[in-house]
Amino acid sequence: MAIDTDTARRVAKLARIKVEDAALPALAQEFSAILGFIEQLNEVDVDGIEPMTSVTPQRLYRREDVVTDGNQQAAVLANAPDAREGFFAVPKVVE
Amino acid sequence: MLDLEYAAPAPKVIAGAKHDWELVIGLEVHAQVATKAKLFSGASTLFGAEPNSNVAFVDAGMPGMLPVINEACVAQAVRTGLGLKAEINLFSAFDRKNYFYPDLPQGYQISQLYHPIVGEGEVLVELGDGTARLVRIERIHLEQDAGKSIHDMDPTMSFVDLNRTGVALMEIVSRPDIRGPEEAAAFVAKLRQIMRYLGTCDGNMQNGNLRADVNVSICRPGDYEKYQATQDFSHLGTRCEIKNMNSMRFIQAAIEVEARRQIAIIEDGGAVVQETRLYDPDKNETRSMRSKEEAHDYRYFPDPDLLPLEIEQAWVDDIAANLPELPDAKKARFIASFGLSDYDASVLTADVANAAYFEDVAKGGGDGKLAANWVINELFGRLKKDGDKGITESPIPAARLAQIVALIKAETISGKIAKDVFDIAYTQDRDPEEIVKTDGLEQVTDTGAIEAAVDEIIAANPAQVEKAKANPKLAGWFVGQVMKSTGGKANPAAVNALVAAKLGL
Repeated sequence: MAIDTDTARRVAKLARIKVEDAALPALAQEFSAILGFIEQLNEVDVDGIEPMTSVTPQRLYRREDVVTDGNQQAAVLANAPDAREGFFAVPKVVE
Repeated sequence: MLDLEYAAPAPKVIAGAKHDWELVIGLEVHAQVATKAKLFSGASTLFGAEPNSNVAFVDAGMPGMLPVINEACVAQAVRTGLGLKAEINLFSAFDRKNYFYPDLPQGYQISQLYHPIVGEGEVLVELGDGTARLVRIERIHLEQDAGKSIHDMDPTMSFVDLNRTGVALMEIVSRPDIRGPEEAAAFVAKLRQIMRYLGTCDGNMQNGNLRADVNVSICRPGDYEKYQATQDFSHLGTRCEIKNMNSMRFIQAAIEVEARRQIAIIEDGGAVVQETRLYDPDKNETRSMRSKEEAHDYRYFPDPDLLPLEIEQAWVDDIAANLPELPDAKKARFIASFGLSDYDASVLTADVANAAYFEDVAKGGGDGKLAANWVINELFGRLKKDGDKGITESPIPAARLAQIVALIKAETISGKIAKDVFDIAYTQDRDPEEIVKTDGLEQVTDTGAIEAAVDEIIAANPAQVEKAKANPKLAGWFVGQVMKSTGGKANPAAVNALVAAKLGL
C-alpha cells in the first residue's frame, strides 16, 4: 500500500507533529516502506497460531483497591507552562 | 428467571408531512465504576476534592509512568455483566484510542475496543403500563475517564482539573432495540437501578457518574421488523450520535428533537449525515460538533503497556455466587410473598435501600400490605415534605415503623391513632410501643366502656336520637361523638355496632 503526501500530512497533523511540506514526500516514502514490510509479513501463513501478546510468560499484574497516591498538586502542576488556582491553564478550548 | 409476562410496547410514531416515521435508538451508557482508587493508578476517585489533588503521575501522563490495573474495577465490571445476564470474557485486552484534548494528558484513552471484558446480555425495561422492552446489550468495556475542563473562569483560558482523569468507566453499549424517548430514559433508569443494587456505580447523574451517548435514526413503519429479522442495518436510516447526556429529561427531549430534525431533512429530499451532535437544552436543538470531525480517526492499537487481562472462571463464579438479589427478582418476590400489587412492588424496589427498609417493616410488623401502605403513603410522603429526605435519613427506623404496623395489626391502636403515633415517633424520636403505653392510646375494645359512652351520648341528646331514628344515616353523628369522648381510642367497628343496636336501627 503506497502512502501519498496528503496521507503523510494528515498523519502528522493527527500526531500534532509539525512537518514541513518539503519533508512530506520523504516521510510518505518511509511510511510506504514500513507498510510494504508489513504486507510482506502478512504473507506468512499463521492459521491456527495464537497471537503472541508478550515475550514474557507473565500474568497482568493487579493492584488492590487502595488509595496510595495523589495529594501532590504542586508536583503535578510543576511542569505546566501555566497553572492558576490549582488548575492547568490552557488556551481556551470551547465547542 | 421471571414468570411475569410482558407485551412489547408499540414504537413511538411521529407523523411527518408525507407519512409516518418510527424511531430506532441505541445507547452507550458511561457508568463510573464504584471503587476507591482509579483504574490504573492509586489516586482517589473521590468527587469534589481540590483541583488536581487526586492525581498520580500515571494520570497526568508523565513520561515513563506505567499503568497497573485495579483488580476491584475488573470485579465491578464482571459483577455488572453478571447482573445484565451477560457473557463474561475470560480474555480481554486494552487498546489505545488516540486523540488530543487538554483534559487527556496521555494523548490517548485506554479502552477495550477489540476484546471487551463483557459480551452480550439483556435488560428487561418495564414501562409502567404493563408493557416491557427487552433490550439487548452488545458489550461492556472498561476504560479511563477524561479530566474536566472549565471554560468560564477566565476570558481567554480554559482551566483543567485532572481529578477525574483515569477514573474507571464501564461503557455499556445497547443494540438498537429502543423505540422511543420514554423507553430510552426507562432503559437508563433500569441500568442505574441494577448497578445501584449491585453496588457497581452510584448512578449520580448530576455529578456525571452516569451519562449516555444516544444514537438516533428514523425509519418507515415495517423497516425495523426487517432489520430485526435479518440484523441487516441497511434497513435502518443513517444515525446521529448525541453526546454526553446526563439527565433523563434531556435524553428524552434530545431524541424527540433529533428525530424531527432528521424527518424534516429526509422529507425535504435531503440525506442525514452520520455525525456527532450536541444537545442544547436552552434552545432545545441538537447541533453538529464539527470541531471533533478530524478527531474521529482514533488510530486504535493494542496498548503495549498492558498485558491482556485474563481472569479465571472460578473467580467469576465466586462473584456470581455473591451477587445480591436483583430488582426484577426482588419485585417478583415482594408480589409473591407479601401480596403486594405490581405498582407497589415497583415503587418499593425502585431503590435498594427503600426495598430493604420495607422488608424490615413487613417482617417486623407481620403484614406486608399494611407495611407497604405505611412506607409508601405515610413515610415516603412525610420524607418528601420534610426536605425531600432519603430513606437513610428517616427519623423513624424500620424497627419502629414495624412496631406501628404490628400495633395496628393486633388492633391495639386504630389506623387513625396510628397516624398520631407515627407523627410523635417521627418528630420526637420515641418508640411507638412506649408512646402508646405512656400516652394511654390503646384502642378501647372493652364493650362495657364503649357502651357506657354510647349511653351517655344518647341520654344527653334526645333530639338527635329522634332525628336518627327517622334517618339512619345520622347515626354517624353518634359514632363521631363517641370517638371524640373516648379520645379516638374506641374500636370503630364496636362503636358502629353498639350505636346501631342502641338506636334500634
